[in-house]
Formats: sequence, C-alpha cells, structure tokens
Amino acid sequence: MRIELRGSNFNPWDELQGHQRAALSEQASYGATACFVGTMRDLNEGDTVHNMMLEHYPGMTEKQLEKIVSAAYAEWGFIDALVIHRVGNILPNEPIVLVAVWSSHRGAAFDACRYIIEELKSRAPFWKKETLEARERWVEHNTSGYY
Amino acid sequence: MSIHVKYFASLREQMGRIDDCLTSEGIHTVADVWKAVREGQPLPATILAAVNMEYAGADTPVNDGDEVAFFPPVTGG
Repeated sequence: MRIELRGSNFNPWDELQGHQRAALSEQASYGATACFVGTMRDLNEGDTVHNMMLEHYPGMTEKQLEKIVSAAYAEWGFIDALVIHRVGNILPNEPIVLVAVWSSHRGAAFDACRYIIEELKSRAPFWKKETLEARERWVEHNTSGYY
Repeated sequence: MSIHVKYFASLREQMGRIDDCLTSEGIHTVADVWKAVREGQPLPATILAAVNMEYAGADTPVNDGDEVAFFPPVTGG
C-alpha cells in the first residue's frame, strides 16, 4: 500500500503502471483493478478557473489517509492500494488525485476505491483556493459523490 | 501549560497568522482553546477542529503539549 503527496504534476496512468510493475508483478492473485482519477477543471460554479492552490495540513493529511486506506483494507481485504494526491499550485487538466485498488474480484476493488475517494474528500485536510479572472476564491465545500 | 494552535485555509487568512502558542491556565477543552484565541466566542459549527491530528469536537479535552488545529470544511480530491 502506498500513500503519497506530490508537489508537482504527475501522470496517473504511468503511476498505476509503475506501481503494478514494481509491487504486483510477482503475483497473479489480483483479478480486478479499479481506479479513480480526479482532474482539475477550468470551470467551477460558472467561473473560469485559471489555477488552483491546494493547501493541506502536513502530518494530519498523511495520518487521515492512512486511516482511510486501513479502514478500507479491514472492510474489503484487497491486495494493494495506491493513493497519490497533489498539493501546491495546480493547472487545469492536471490530475489532483489517483486512487487505485487491486483485489481478487471486482466487488472489493470497486467498493474500496469508491470508499477511499469519498472518505478522502470528506475527511482528508486539503483545501482548494481558485484563481479566477480577477479574484481568488476558496472552494467552500465538495459536491456530493452520490448524485 | 503550552498548547500549539494551528489555522488553515480561509480561517488562517481571517486570523492573519498561521499559529499561536497558548500558555494560559484554565484551558480544558477544544472550545476553551477557541475562546482563548477568538476573544470568548463560541466555536462555530462551520469550523472543524483536530487535536494531535485527529478530528475533535468542542468538548474534546486538551492537555499540555497538545497540537490543536482549526479549519473550514475540507475540499480535497
């Protein structure tokens, strides 16, 4: 299991492939891989967004992410999980977060992946500040993950 | 008695500083910490709190050497 905060742009697909190659190539026990990639949009609440600053609480962020992934492991017993989250200044089209889960069967992979991203969005101490055309704005709340 | 108080995001900007160190006596809970740094105001429902990097409520006890943080709702992911 790997949890990482990243201060610069990353390619989620390369990360997925790299992790699978490094950590999972010795075994053939996983039959399912589920992943979620969150990407920065250039539009929010009707306004053009030029860039975004992602602030976090060093120490607590890692602690909360570890708790979330551990709780998911206790519930679904997957084989491996990878979480990478950006911090610092982010541009539109750049990935913000990658969550990937490898498990024997698809049920645990889908459910654990969904659980990790939803818990991350509601409990991990990150905050987004958007730079708009002529001003800055803190994002005040996340949208619901369930419609 | 020494409590390190940290602020994040929009609250950090409102406070005009990133942290405080409280050394006053009579601080027993998270709500007491908030009152000490906000001139007696009650802790608003819109502000989240953590003690030693775990989520906490207004009534959560605080002890000498603890790190207490206050911040708005989180918006990561």
